[in-house]
This record gives sequence, C-alpha cells and structure tokens, in this order.
Amino acid sequence: MGLRSKDLLGLEYLTRDEIELILDTAEPCKQIFTRDVRKLPTLRGKTMVNLFYEPSTRTRTSFELAAKWMSADVINISVPASSVMKGESLKDTVRTLESLGANIIVMRHSAAGAPHFLARSVDAAVVNAGDGAHEHPTQALVDLFTIREKKGAIAGLKVLIVGDILHSRVAKSNIWGLTKLGASVTVVGPPTLIPSEIEKMGVKVSYNLDEAICDADVINVLRIQLERQKKGLFPSTREYVSLYGINRERLKRAKSDVLILHPGPANLGVEITEEIALSPCSAISEQVTNGVAVRMAILYLVSRGDKQRDVAY
Amino acid sequence: MLLIKHAHIVDPATGIDGPGHIVVSGDRIESIEVGYVPEESFDLVIDATGLTAFPGLIDMHVHLREPGFEQKETIESGTRSAAAGGFTTVAAMPNTEPAIDNAAMAEYVRSKAQRLGYCNVEVIGSITKGRKGQELSEMNDLVGAGVVAFSDDGNTVMNSEIMRRAMEYLRMYNIPIIAHCEDEFLAEGGVMNEGLNSTRLGLKGIPPLAEELIVARDVMMAERLGARLHVAHVSTRGSVEIVRRAKARGARVTCEVTPHHFSLTDDAVEGYDARFKMKPPLRTQEDVLAILEGLQDGTIDAIASDHAPHTVEEKDVEFDYAPDGVIGLETTLTVSLTNLVAKGVLSLSQLVEKLSANPARILGLSDRGLLARGAAADITLVDVHSERVIRSSEFESKARNTPFEGFVGLGKVAYVICGGRVVLDNGRIISR
Repeated sequence: MGLRSKDLLGLEYLTRDEIELILDTAEPCKQIFTRDVRKLPTLRGKTMVNLFYEPSTRTRTSFELAAKWMSADVINISVPASSVMKGESLKDTVRTLESLGANIIVMRHSAAGAPHFLARSVDAAVVNAGDGAHEHPTQALVDLFTIREKKGAIAGLKVLIVGDILHSRVAKSNIWGLTKLGASVTVVGPPTLIPSEIEKMGVKVSYNLDEAICDADVINVLRIQLERQKKGLFPSTREYVSLYGINRERLKRAKSDVLILHPGPANLGVEITEEIALSPCSAISEQVTNGVAVRMAILYLVSRGDKQRDVAY
Repeated sequence: MLLIKHAHIVDPATGIDGPGHIVVSGDRIESIEVGYVPEESFDLVIDATGLTAFPGLIDMHVHLREPGFEQKETIESGTRSAAAGGFTTVAAMPNTEPAIDNAAMAEYVRSKAQRLGYCNVEVIGSITKGRKGQELSEMNDLVGAGVVAFSDDGNTVMNSEIMRRAMEYLRMYNIPIIAHCEDEFLAEGGVMNEGLNSTRLGLKGIPPLAEELIVARDVMMAERLGARLHVAHVSTRGSVEIVRRAKARGARVTCEVTPHHFSLTDDAVEGYDARFKMKPPLRTQEDVLAILEGLQDGTIDAIASDHAPHTVEEKDVEFDYAPDGVIGLETTLTVSLTNLVAKGVLSLSQLVEKLSANPARILGLSDRGLLARGAAADITLVDVHSERVIRSSEFESKARNTPFEGFVGLGKVAYVICGGRVVLDNGRIISR
C-alpha cells in the first residue's frame, strides 16, 4: 500500500493506516543516523523545492537534509512576505516551479489553504510544511513518531496540548493524528486561545493545567507568540506563565514518566523553563532528529506515487 | 402599443394570480385584461403562453463598480447582467472610487445609466463622506440628485454618534438608511464564519455576534429616533430574531437576505475556494433555517443579490488574500425559485413580493413593483418550470465569481420589458 493522495496536506485527510505507514517507514529511515555514509539513492534524479513564504529553520533544514540524504536535488526558495504583498501571485510561482520540473514541493505559507491551492494546480507532490493556523502535518507526524518511540504505543495515552491552540497548526495536526491513533486529547489554555467549537474535533477542553496535568502521559507544549498579548488575548506574559508555564513545581503534580514535547522554537522561561526542556522527561532534541527520519519517510512515500511499496533504504 | 397575451400574471400588489393579458402604452401599463383583446391595434404582440408575468424584478443591493473598478464591472455590463437575470431596476451601492458621496457623483451614475444601461438604475448615496464614517455626506444635495437610500455598505458606521446624526438628519426626508452591520473590531481579519469549520480550516472567523451587535444597535437607534432602517444582508439567526422583535414593536425596520445566505453554509469553504468568500460570511445550517423562517413569516422583506463582481484573477488566489463578494444578478431568480418556491418555503406571489413589491416600497418607487394601470411598464416574463444549469461562462456580467456554478435549478427568464421597451427577447438581450 501507499498514500492515496499525491500530496500531504494535512492529517485530517489521512486514514489511520496511512499515518501508521508513514511512522513505520520512518523507523528504518532513522537508522541512517548511525551510519558512516549518510546517503541513499532513493530519490536520485528527483528535484525537491523548499518553497517557504514564512521563515523557518528547523522544518526547512530537516526537509533539506532528508532530501539530500536520499540523493534528491534540492532548491530552496524563501519568499519574503513583502513580495507577496507586492502581488507576486502564487499561481505564477507555481508555473515557474512546474517548468523547472519540480517533483516535490514542500511549502510553508501564512495563508491557510495555500498548499491546497497549489496542489490543485500542479502535478508535483505538494507537502504542507505549515499553512497559517490550519495544519502542520509533518511536525505532528514527528510528534507521533516520538511518542510511539518513547511510549511504545499511542492508543490509550492521555495527551495534553498546552498553549495557544487558536493560532496553532501544530495543535490541529496533532489532534487529528492522536485521535485517529486512539489517544485521548485535552487542549489546555486560556479561553481566549481555545478556538470555537474545538470539542467537536473530538478533544476535551481545560482551562486548568494544574488539574489536567495529573493523569497526563504526554504534554505537548506550544510556542506562545508574545505578540498575541498585544492583541489582548491574554493580560500579560507573567500571568500566562503563572497559569500555563511548564516548570518543575508544576510537574510535581504529573506522573513521573510524563513525556514533554515542544515543536520548537521554544521561548525558554515562558511556556517552558530551560531546566525542564533539557531534563530527561523532555524529548525536544529527539524530536529534531526524528524530524529528519519522518520527513525522509514522507518524501519517499509521496515521491513513489502509486508504485508498489518497497524498501526505503 | 404592446400586448403581452396569455400570461399567467402574478402580482402580489394587486392580488392577481391567474391568466391575463397586459396592455402597454408607451412606458406605462395601460391595463390588465382578462377577456379577449383584439391584436390588430398593437405594434408588437408577445405570446406569453406558458410564461409567468411578474412586475419587473428589483434588486436593491448591487455593486456596479463604476466609477473606479471598471475591470470588475461597469454600469453597462452590470445592467446587462441585471436584465438577463430578470431585473428591471437595480439600486447601486456607493462604494465606488470615488464614493458616491455628493450630488455630482450621483448624477454621473444616473446619466451614464440612462445612456448605457439596460435597466433602471437607482442610486444609493453614502452616509458619510468617502464612506469613512466620520462626517455626514451632503445628504440634501444627494436627495436632490435623486438617491433613494443612504448606505456606507461595505463599512459599518462604527461611530454611534455619527450614525445617530445620520438618522436624525434624515428625518427631513422619507428615505431609509441601509445598514451594513458588522462590528469592525469583532470582525477584524476574519474571512469566514467563526465555528467548527473556521477552527478546522485554520481561517480567522467572524463571529455571528459581530453582525448581531450592530443590528441591535441600529434597530434600537432607529426605534428611539423614529428613523427608517433597512438592514442589509442578514446572515444569522440572531439578526433575524432582532428584526422580528423590532417589527413586532412597530419599529420602522426592514431587512433583506441574499440567495447565498438562504442556500449555503460555511461547509462550502472546505476547499478554500474564494468563490465562497463574502461578507457577511456563509453561516451554519441553523442560521439558514432561521432565515427561511424569517422569509416565511415576513420578518425578511426582500431578497437582494449583493452582486459584488471581481475579476477572475483577483478571486483565484489564497483564500485570505481574495476580496470579499460574489455575484448574483443572473442567479438570484433561479436559486430563489428552486430553494424557496419549489421547496414550499414561499408561494410564487410571496417571492415576487420580496423581489419586486417590497423593494419598490422600501426604496419609495411607487410606480414600480406592481402590474396596474399607470404603473411603469416594467415586466419580467419567466418560464418558471424550465430547468436550467447555472454556468458562469454564459453570464452577461463581466465577472464569474458565483458560488452557484453548476447549480441545477428552475426558471428561465424569457422576456424583460423595461419602460415599455423589450430589453430581453426570448432570453437574448436585444436593446437597451
């Protein structure tokens, strides 16, 4: 089996089997880290374009590394927000990329749905690397992979997602992925950062982290954008930290084997203290490593189209 | 002299709903006849067997885009579109560039429409200069130039003091304010209805409250000041409820709804297709049901298209970046016949009230919206049973941004007579 769609636009559109296929494929990919020569011929002759309309270090680099280790040719295009405002149309950019013969386009964009727009008009496989407040499917797959690796299985786990759920594409993708794989998800944050009717996505909502933290197996901590405070979404960073910051004191209420994730980049000392981020219960640096493995699996699966599955390494 | 024979006449204003002949002399209706009419004395005879005759339809909420945005639509193309859709009168909103905020601008639109228009064009003046919500437009001058209503449509007059003064000033005339109700702070940056779908799609939502707060404010103000208020494009259950209660209290309040708001929900935004992006945004099934109820019980007086043309290029971009608005002149009648009359929400006569008689009454067009001796010879003849597939490629409008592409519905406009002249003949535009 393979993926049903040529594109990876969001976890909402994937079945449980497809998600598991990606995670299973990522496992052997991870072994390449231990090799002397980190090079596979899998994507030789294929061209991957990193098309980033928003700044990114981790996601862009891990896609680039994943593609290079599989011998693809990589083009990086960073489009500053200013040229979008000047009216450079996405359609135009897409036509250019098509003419250059791109096979895979990895796209990050501040407008939700932009990758869908792109996917409709190109033959190349489109991988969503984050679109507005919609989805960030590859990050959620990394999180799922990391949880599975650390906890053995995802079904039955209690997972908290803490912070700015309203603006978080990572939260949305995690919710789809975790609920499809049988975890029970609670989103935690101030009411102003919890989007409308999110409970209809199959999650519980809590405003009280100290209460919710007690029986959590996993806590996924989201980055809090400090500029949200200026828009009146919460009164002050200080108050946010006092209610939702992950620190040693608060973790005393949690299970001893609780697993902490953060999609990065973290505001250390705000949503999470540096001490906890670097502690044994945190898998934050593991997430970065896993990011390459999971993205190798994704690039392999989308590049393969409907060809029969074979070994990825 | 023109004779329309063997039509089925539906005219709520006079209560006619049955077979008859319409005799037209010059730009006026001479008589409605039931018995035999000798044809020899007429210059032109239209055999309307199988067709239904309505008083010419009136769309009280249209953006003709001229001057300033002629790439989207012009007075000429917009009125062609109107005629093709069965309309004999449209009211043009003042959000042009420059805005219609002074008599010269109003006269420009009227004279251009007289020269190039395919139907009557009434002009709506802006409430405030430049539609900026700060200073009142020269309303007396605008009334002198023939405007039929005032609106800053597209913008809300957020400053309650300015809105109050506008309502007070208009006591001198019997002219309504048409209110675009959207709290601009609550709606800021929003591109669709706020709810499960906006959460799923990651698009910024516009809460129903953004509309309802301003509807409530304007209704309270109009009641207190004795002003005439017409609420444009209601989209939520709460707005319908506010207007219903105000009417029960005797307030001078009317309102309209668009075909997309009584037909579609925010589920349509799923594919991020900007043809489903407009303000107010598409809401939920619960809102649609409340709107249908409001149409049925008379809370909602009028159906208006909010025809808002944009170029294909402007609309075919990321959802966030596309301009708001959809077109509707060539789809309103079909969508209404299909989703309201065929489904038993409204009788044909009630539909004609909302598409002709009531808009005429609200805008003070006393000789329109009815088929009676002395009334304007504005007549729409429709084959109400004929099936039609909506295809934007066939539109007379310059724009293609319809949310009803591929809609299979009922009703073909066969003839449009405007001011006694045949504008649309057998579905084809033949003259202005």
